[in-house]
Amino acid sequence: MKKVLLVILLLLSIPALAVQPDEILKDPVMETRARDISKQLRCLVCQGEDIDESNAGLAGDIRKLVRERLVAGDSDTAVLAFVQERYGDYVLMNPPVKPATWLLWGAPLLVLLAGFGVALRYLRRLPKGDE
Amino acid sequence: MNTRAFIPFGIFICMIGLFAVPLLQGKDPAILPSAMIGKQVPEFTLPMATGDGKLATADMLHEGKPFLVNFFASWCVTCKGEQQVLAKFTQKTGIAVYGIDYKDTKKDVAAWLERHGNPFRATGFDEAGRIAIDFGVYGVPETFLVGGDGIIRYKHVGALKQSDMDSVFGPLLEKTK
Amino acid sequence: MIIELAHFALALAFVLSLVMAVVPMWGAAAGRISWMALGRPMAVSLCGLMTIALFGLIHAYALSDFSVLNVQQNSHTLKPWIYKISGAWGNHEGSMLLWGWMLSCWGFFLATRGRVKLPPALHARVLSVLGLVTSGFILYILVASNPFLRIDPSPREGMDLNPVLQDPLLAIHPPVLYAGYVGFSVAFCFAIAALIEKKVDAEWAAQLRPWVLAAWVFMTLGIMLGATWAYYELGWGGFWFWDPVENASLMPWLAGTALLHSAAALEKRGSLKIWTVFLCILAFTLSLLGTFLVRSGVLTSVHSFASDPTRGIFILALLGLTTGGAFLLYGLRAPHITIGTSFKPVSRETGILLNNVFLFTFCATVFMGTLYPIFLSALDMGSISVGAPYFTATLTPLLVPFAILMGIGPLLAWREASFVSIRAKLYLPLALTVALAAAIALMPWPDRVFTVTMFACAGWILFTTLSDFIRKTQRFTQIRSMPPAYYGMVMAHAGIAVLLMGATAATVWKEEKILWMTQGDTVAFAGKTLNFIGIRPDVGKNFTIERAILSLQGEKDAAPDFLLPEKRWYPAQQRELSETALKTDGFAINYAVMGDQDKMNPLRRVIRLYHHPLVLWVLLGALMIATGGLMAMASPSKSTSPSTSSAARKVQA
Repeated sequence: MKKVLLVILLLLSIPALAVQPDEILKDPVMETRARDISKQLRCLVCQGEDIDESNAGLAGDIRKLVRERLVAGDSDTAVLAFVQERYGDYVLMNPPVKPATWLLWGAPLLVLLAGFGVALRYLRRLPKGDE
Repeated sequence: MNTRAFIPFGIFICMIGLFAVPLLQGKDPAILPSAMIGKQVPEFTLPMATGDGKLATADMLHEGKPFLVNFFASWCVTCKGEQQVLAKFTQKTGIAVYGIDYKDTKKDVAAWLERHGNPFRATGFDEAGRIAIDFGVYGVPETFLVGGDGIIRYKHVGALKQSDMDSVFGPLLEKTK
Repeated sequence: MIIELAHFALALAFVLSLVMAVVPMWGAAAGRISWMALGRPMAVSLCGLMTIALFGLIHAYALSDFSVLNVQQNSHTLKPWIYKISGAWGNHEGSMLLWGWMLSCWGFFLATRGRVKLPPALHARVLSVLGLVTSGFILYILVASNPFLRIDPSPREGMDLNPVLQDPLLAIHPPVLYAGYVGFSVAFCFAIAALIEKKVDAEWAAQLRPWVLAAWVFMTLGIMLGATWAYYELGWGGFWFWDPVENASLMPWLAGTALLHSAAALEKRGSLKIWTVFLCILAFTLSLLGTFLVRSGVLTSVHSFASDPTRGIFILALLGLTTGGAFLLYGLRAPHITIGTSFKPVSRETGILLNNVFLFTFCATVFMGTLYPIFLSALDMGSISVGAPYFTATLTPLLVPFAILMGIGPLLAWREASFVSIRAKLYLPLALTVALAAAIALMPWPDRVFTVTMFACAGWILFTTLSDFIRKTQRFTQIRSMPPAYYGMVMAHAGIAVLLMGATAATVWKEEKILWMTQGDTVAFAGKTLNFIGIRPDVGKNFTIERAILSLQGEKDAAPDFLLPEKRWYPAQQRELSETALKTDGFAINYAVMGDQDKMNPLRRVIRLYHHPLVLWVLLGALMIATGGLMAMASPSKSTSPSTSSAARKVQA
């Protein structure tokens, strides 16, 4: 079964082992940046978690990679782009804004406005004066 | 007839249709499409898994012919079955298969290759798994088909079966020629 | 034998549900009272048969009868008996049987209860629709997820002893949640019956409301149980992850919330008819959608059951036919429903209308975030994923106008209100909200804009609700004249505010320390001193324990608190699990987990410490919301309630 591939790596899933103390950067500002970036990257092994939470081996590798690139001087956007180039849009928890996702990002406001429109029409249809 | 009242119905039917597509295709949602397809194969230099020497991207591109890159590990249960399939493939087509050992120990991989066969022209040793990240690998085994020009054409996730080689890799190789 | 009996009962139930789907409905159409009256005994018998079926499966689990395939795959002799039983519904087939049983239970109550009797035709139609839905489910169980299959020869032992699943909360989370999901089917049946009769009125809404509230309370509690389990089990204090399956439970809850408000307006004032009917259909559609998502294999999730495309296609067909048919009927009949009682643009009805719009928008947003990746990949337009950042970015801004409305809406009079009359009531809450926002802004925490916004929203809701409550309960005569539904509203709305504040504080203000510690080490944490005293071995039922002893010392003379995180080794499964240590600290929780050990020095461990301020308010808030719903159920159903006249008096005052 195709899931066996994942099972191999999922067998490592013991709760609560994510960020290791040895990964933590000395610079607290940079470490906060690393944690924030990690929260935006999806763990491809467990797929439901971000790499900050996940204890999969791959998550740990990418966490280290994020920190390395930050220390090397990359901006937050550059680090995210680095991972996205290799793993695709799927790895970003925050979907990129591009024509294919305009509907996704626009939906909340569109639905709200449409809802107001329907409500307004309904109010107009109501009989005026006393019932 | 008030067509506006049918808007919920319309939206709903579209949604059902969109759900039906992946179900009827029988796709496994856990398998993700590769972001590296159409891109140049990553530059790397790795120590060899067996013996001395190094494996570099240049070595693979040297001949200008298409080749396979197979990520595997001795601790990977399903990788065992692939070795025979790969061996047969490389014998039949003459296409080079390069192996990259993912997060392993040299001792284990040597023993494993002894036991299950070594179809690889050369085997790189990616102990830290960093090169795998450059390829966008998220588990083993994964196999990449790279054209003679160095452009990645296709990625297969999971162990290769003979049927995969015949139905997918074969036709793709025809095209890249 | 019992399994075969259970299987037979299920098959009989299928036949009976089909009969129930046809006979009372026909009777209502033809005016045959005897046929209509058959709905009640059929619903009761159906429940009896489903109970036999479910009991049969539970019985097999309790006795560890491994000749039943389902039991063999999902149980084990070493499981404590309580988890053997809960294992019956912890798998796909068993949970579908639970779903079906719940449907029959709601049918039973629908058939036998009723404070005010339903008109016989309506009653008959509602039961028939329920029969139809139930028959679809039972057919699915019999054909594609049958838990009663046997294996021969019978194995000696079961396969599953996953310790993660052996947890009390996890055992009751599915039944409570399912009671909610399935409960919305009653609202659905009411809506279909109303559309068939082309009659939607206050009477109908009065009958509908308690069922909606009951389902909604169950859903609230079910979601709360799941979040609580996640909090203490998953090891870093998260309780909501915007996981597709979590979202699948949030969507019907949001629709259900909109529904109960809309139904209240319909019952009291005869307004918002079409909206209420639509929301009834929507809520159950989302329930079914949730069922589909978890089991079909279109999504990967921590929650999903092992998937099978054929199963998925069957459930999709079920979903398509049931709710597709419902929306089709809606399209045909909605224009025939007369528009309800009128009201002015500024009125409580408009408040509820806007409430519907906002809740629907929240629901649609969660829907898009959850399903967009599936739709994109179905159209071959790429592969994306949507996580927490999307939901917080889209929902937070919408929460602000929604919270403002939530404070003002309940103060408005029915039918015709004016801002001028309520303006005076808003000054005090506004002042208190600003004071709270200022206090929060001054605190040295990160994400100030977000925190201040959330606390301001929550504070506004809380202060407006409480000031109105105080104003309305100053004299004993007033207290007695307010219907229980009013107190329910106060409780529920206050609960939302409390939940919001707790969730914000627990996530933004959390303190986290991850470090290596060995015996004798101390570290400053949560305003106290944490001391790693040592590691002690211990033994459990089917596991060995390594327990870390951490003491948290506040003042010098105060008694220390102890946190005892553990590592458990289960030899049967060759698995190690971490047990978190939780201790309350006022309204906060201190949280400790023991991680890897140092290969060189086994006494040196990774220790993770979390301090979650106000996290108990999340639990408290959820309980308040559920309690509010229960209180609202106690209200007598009337078309014009005393609060209308008292509100009118207030307007004049």
